[in-house]
Amino acid sequence: MTRREFLRALALAGFAVVTPADILKAAAKAPGPKWAMTIDLSACSDGCTDCISACHTIHNVPDIPDPKRKIRWIWTSSFHDLFPDAPDYRSGGPVLALCNHCEEPPCVPVCPVKATFRRKDGIVMMDYHRCIGCRYCVAACPYGARSFNWQDPRPFIGKIDPGYPTRTKGVVEKCNFCEERLAKGLMPACVEACKKGLAFGDLSDERSQVRRLLSSRHAIRRKAYLGTKPKVFYLV
Amino acid sequence: MIEKALKGGGTYRAWLSFLCAVIAAGFIAWLYQWAYGLSVTGMGRTVSWGLYIANFTFFVGVAASAVTVVLPYYLHNMKEFKRIVILGEFLAVSSVIMSLLFIIVDLGRPDRAFNMILHPTPNSLLFWDMIVLNGYLFLNLVIGWSTLDAEAKGERPLPWVRILIIISIPWAVSIHTVTAFIYQGLVARPLWHSPLWAPRFLASAFASGPSLLILMALFLKKAARFDVGTDAIRKATTIATYALLVNIFLLLVELFTTLYGAVPEDMESLRYLFFGIGSHHALVPWMWASMALMGLSACGLLFRRLRENEGALAVICLAVFAGVWIDKGLGLVVPGFIPSPLGEVVDYAPTPLEALITAGVWALGGLIVTVMYRVVVKVRESV
Repeated sequence: MTRREFLRALALAGFAVVTPADILKAAAKAPGPKWAMTIDLSACSDGCTDCISACHTIHNVPDIPDPKRKIRWIWTSSFHDLFPDAPDYRSGGPVLALCNHCEEPPCVPVCPVKATFRRKDGIVMMDYHRCIGCRYCVAACPYGARSFNWQDPRPFIGKIDPGYPTRTKGVVEKCNFCEERLAKGLMPACVEACKKGLAFGDLSDERSQVRRLLSSRHAIRRKAYLGTKPKVFYLV
Repeated sequence: MIEKALKGGGTYRAWLSFLCAVIAAGFIAWLYQWAYGLSVTGMGRTVSWGLYIANFTFFVGVAASAVTVVLPYYLHNMKEFKRIVILGEFLAVSSVIMSLLFIIVDLGRPDRAFNMILHPTPNSLLFWDMIVLNGYLFLNLVIGWSTLDAEAKGERPLPWVRILIIISIPWAVSIHTVTAFIYQGLVARPLWHSPLWAPRFLASAFASGPSLLILMALFLKKAARFDVGTDAIRKATTIATYALLVNIFLLLVELFTTLYGAVPEDMESLRYLFFGIGSHHALVPWMWASMALMGLSACGLLFRRLRENEGALAVICLAVFAGVWIDKGLGLVVPGFIPSPLGEVVDYAPTPLEALITAGVWALGGLIVTVMYRVVVKVRESV
């Protein structure tokens, strides 16, 4: 046997042990959590803003009365506005909406400076220091989840929470799945504030609450036909 | 050669002074916007792009339209365009500068614009727009200036200029295609998510750009005794006519596809534009005016007695320019956002400050074109 024949045999033997399929599967199972949220469609009661207050307070989201300039990370809309082509799973009452942290986010590829980017754990992040305020991501988001600071937000913040940066005029912001709280092992503020309607967890963990809820209840997502693969599931 | 633009009679100086005044006012208005944020404009959460981006889109088209005179002259030896080509190239320079400025004034943090160079992002169409627009500016500046300089010295242009000219031809198509792709790629906006916008942009650009070029050539003939030649005007009119007809055809194609299929989501933006939704109908008179301007111009251009009469031609060219500006500017950008992803319908109107900043950019474009055309006229006079 020549040296070349020996090496060739070794390579073929190697392939027999580790097939390409195994390699691909191992790559797909990148370690780390894959965050997702479930929202119970019937849980929101009229006039309740517990989750919104919690989120907007700890993130220094300004309270701007002018609807044209409003900034919101999480808000309520009607079921029909959020799901225009779905059957009436919920006829009246408010339904919660926020950034869906899509697996294929349409807002990420359009940013010319990579100020918005998707982390391995699935959170679509905002870099307030890099954003040039072109609002291309605002145009690209199919869910209306992004807000732009049309003016200096600080005068409109009730009590500035020093635990999170305030933003300047001219940059875009949105829900960040409370990544700063997740880093400390805490649940997102909205989930903690709402005792009944919201669940949050790791999709790759079969024993997580979100996996259990998704396996036992029917769930829909906003505009799933666009292929964005949202990670916010609405439990019917 | 630029010293030729610094001397002139009373009217010339008055025009330059007027332009500089508008530029200064626009600049001060922009400083105010820089201090207080974009809340001083009419844009908002629903319509987040407005007059600035509408103008950016339109003037990229005018810049690209230089190819309608460059290609026939340099690739097909169409000698009729000999004296108009330089006007097209300098118009392209002015238009590209205006387009870039309209992006700058629209940014929330223009002080961070350099981030686009520090962090190049090839998956973003805005990155490519920056590349192709600046490249096109460089191309036309160098081509225009070196060919004019050679003419002033009575020499032939250097050989490498021809290579730049050849490059500028597909580059012109690319700048407007990239601009169309900025909109076309967004699945979130049904009105924009259509393959038709790139060809339609080019068609409307090749109608509005030559129309402006003809208008300016007619003006130079009257005011500066600089005649590009009746043949050049006639050929440019032909190009603008066919381009306008293609634009109208593509518009009808889009109307048929949307209305025959009658998918509610696809129809809403068009319904807002032409009929309004509920109490919101701010753009309806503008859109019908645009249709009338383009339709009547197309009809007028079919009659030789009208298009060969310089007075009538000037009116028609103005109508084409205005009609396309509305159709491609306000009629594209604003309705893309209406209805919003949550079904909201609002009206958009620019604020006076927004209009003043826009006027300032127009005035700067006008200043560039005035100065450059002045140089061309003086060089041609002395040769």
